[in-house]
Amino acid sequence: MQERDKLLDKYAAKVFKNRKDHIVQLEQEGVPQEITANSRSVPGLMVNRGCCYAGCKGVVLGPLHDVVTITHGPIGCGFYSWGTRRNKAKAEDGRNFIQYCFSTDMQESDIVFGGEKKLKQAIEEAVELFHPACVMICSTCPIGLIGDDIQAVADWAKTTFDIQCVAFSCEGYRGVSQSAGHHIANNGLMKHIIGSGDAVPHYGKHTINILGEYNIGGDGWETSRVLKRIGYEVRNVFTGDGSYEGIKDSHIADLNLVMCHRSINYIAEMMKTKFGIDWLKVNFIGIEETIRSLREIAMYFDDPIITAKTEEVIADEYAAIAGDMGFYKEKLTGKTAGIFTGGSRTHHYQALLNDLGIKTVIGGYEFAHRDEYEGREVIPNIKLDADNKNIEEITVSKDEAKYRLIIDRERFEELKDKIELEEYKGMFRDMGAGTITVDDFNHYETEKVIEMFKPDIFYSGIKDKYVILKAGIPSRQLHSYDYSGPYSCFQGALNFARDSYMAIYAPAWGLISAPWKTTSTLMGKIGGEK
Amino acid sequence: MRQVAIYGKGGIGKSTTTQNLNAGLATMGKKIMIVGCDPKADSTRLVLGGLAQQTVLDTLREAGDDVELDLVLKEGFGGIKCVESGGPEPGVGCAGRGIITSISLLERLGAYENDLDYVFYDVLGDVVCGGFAMPIREGKAKEIYIVCSGEMMALYAANNIAKGITKYAQTGGVRLGGLICNSRKVDGEAELVAAVAKEIGTQMIHFVPRDNMVQRAEINRKTVIEFDPTCGQADEYRQLASKIDGNDMFVIPKPMEQERLEQLLMEYGIMG
Repeated sequence: MQERDKLLDKYAAKVFKNRKDHIVQLEQEGVPQEITANSRSVPGLMVNRGCCYAGCKGVVLGPLHDVVTITHGPIGCGFYSWGTRRNKAKAEDGRNFIQYCFSTDMQESDIVFGGEKKLKQAIEEAVELFHPACVMICSTCPIGLIGDDIQAVADWAKTTFDIQCVAFSCEGYRGVSQSAGHHIANNGLMKHIIGSGDAVPHYGKHTINILGEYNIGGDGWETSRVLKRIGYEVRNVFTGDGSYEGIKDSHIADLNLVMCHRSINYIAEMMKTKFGIDWLKVNFIGIEETIRSLREIAMYFDDPIITAKTEEVIADEYAAIAGDMGFYKEKLTGKTAGIFTGGSRTHHYQALLNDLGIKTVIGGYEFAHRDEYEGREVIPNIKLDADNKNIEEITVSKDEAKYRLIIDRERFEELKDKIELEEYKGMFRDMGAGTITVDDFNHYETEKVIEMFKPDIFYSGIKDKYVILKAGIPSRQLHSYDYSGPYSCFQGALNFARDSYMAIYAPAWGLISAPWKTTSTLMGKIGGEK
Repeated sequence: MRQVAIYGKGGIGKSTTTQNLNAGLATMGKKIMIVGCDPKADSTRLVLGGLAQQTVLDTLREAGDDVELDLVLKEGFGGIKCVESGGPEPGVGCAGRGIITSISLLERLGAYENDLDYVFYDVLGDVVCGGFAMPIREGKAKEIYIVCSGEMMALYAANNIAKGITKYAQTGGVRLGGLICNSRKVDGEAELVAAVAKEIGTQMIHFVPRDNMVQRAEINRKTVIEFDPTCGQADEYRQLASKIDGNDMFVIPKPMEQERLEQLLMEYGIMG
């Protein structure tokens, strides 16, 4: 029996029917198979997903350091999403608000009489105390039920305080996972902020934005450092250590680089339509992938100085880590790993593990859509269900004043065949035969895949880290990097190699035994025995 | 203490009927409290002789938790104690949650004295959400009367309310005491309402005829019994009061399918 069948074997008919389409065991290396994703979780299964508010406020908006983001709802939503993501930020002018937790702290009588007054009061106080240029409002569940008109409050704040104010109806119950929140955040940023500034393009420079980089553990900083070394002007990072002041002028970039495709592809697409900016799927996790990405960016700009500098920086950055990486690779080659993350990292980190000779045998995403697994070509075939249709799709049109094309379309088409321009090939193409991929994984499935594949290390998050450790498997968090990082580009790869090596070779593992090593997996009686 | 909730379609005359009926009970010497569960806070106007009341929720909002019962509980005609739950203005907040908050607070403040014979809940419109069902949840009101007329939508609403009662009857022990027909003078009205009542397993406890006296009393901010105790309509309300006081028919309703309701309308409404 294949591992996939064993994994599903436990389920009752109804659950089996649902889960079987979410679990794929690749028959051939690098050949995608259809998977079901972005649909409702089965009640009763303990899944790792978060809510719509988590996706909107927690992921996309939270890292903006000069924005006061007010959680409009009871205090718990704000409190428990406070400072949990390790998005590092430092603001030059000292206006760094991301270590704060702003909430309207809705009480019972506010629910009864409506919370608009309290929200206005909260904005007024925040403006008075912090003088932000931009305030964002994120609603949580009860606000959607009582129907506060947060958009009207945002409009009021705009005119009253002469600031930017954007309201996001990202109530937790919307959609099936965080993914809905990403989309809502993307829509709001696009509608109200991106391109609202009046900066003009910096001609003669190669200006880029990095999209879907949230600066966990300083990844965004490290990537920016390398890009700047080559000679690029890094305009904005969306949204790790990002800023309202920056992204309102992000339309002047020549190229958008997309890291986390899932959470930000909407903005990449809409900026293309509205401002003509092409986007390139990059991956700065893993040495080979970083090199590929840097070379593809250079190919896009086709500037001999940049091309030469790219090779120089690659050689230099690589030389600085090559010795240590060699040691770690020697120690780690032949090991196996499992990775369960949100919607991008499972793919990104397979590249880095591959650099270290570690084979990824288990992969999984909480909230990815089919395109993250199978590649963007399946997008036209994705059937929208009622849950997806519930999330607003906005359409943008060409901004005649700000629209410009950096390369001519003939060259664009030519490049499209060579590099990941407006293309994402998905995770399956980089996975081996027999590896298992689990969409919207749950507690039981996590335990079971570990038992079956017995990986040497399992990368996941805080929700299951200790379950994994108790099974005798080293575990590192890929959502927060366990207080470590950065893991991006060359120096980051070395950090990751060190952390993984320390996890696997920690002497503690010699002192405990995994449960399947001490209890029998098969029980029976010898013939004739009574 | 009998706790009674009055439901019915919006505009059918729940507040008017409740207050007139309570005036009848009061003249019988009963001790009564009316809890208005409508954000408009107009359930006790006739008993109090005007809309002079601080609502529970307004007081709670202004005074915080430090609410004095005297501030929200007023005595009106015949010693009837009146409380208005209150709530948000239309289009904001959650009035249903308001009722839950308000009733819990009244309990904590000791409004439910032991010597009360009756507590009446006058509830807004149809059962629209969990909050408006509060009086019949958690074993508060055990007894429900639905005010209706012979009009299609009033009976449709009555049937819907019966569905709500059925749901809570299984767990909370609430029962339907009957339909009160507040006449709109439509064809075959008494027969139709009686037939509908029978169909859902209850009774038409009283047929209150349409009389301009009610309007006159309302303009004078009085119940009919206070305004003109000798008139015929006053007598109707006294009858309703004594019927409710002596009622011993409490059932779990059997709501009808829509088709059956329409059939009954054809039978009585047209033929009559």
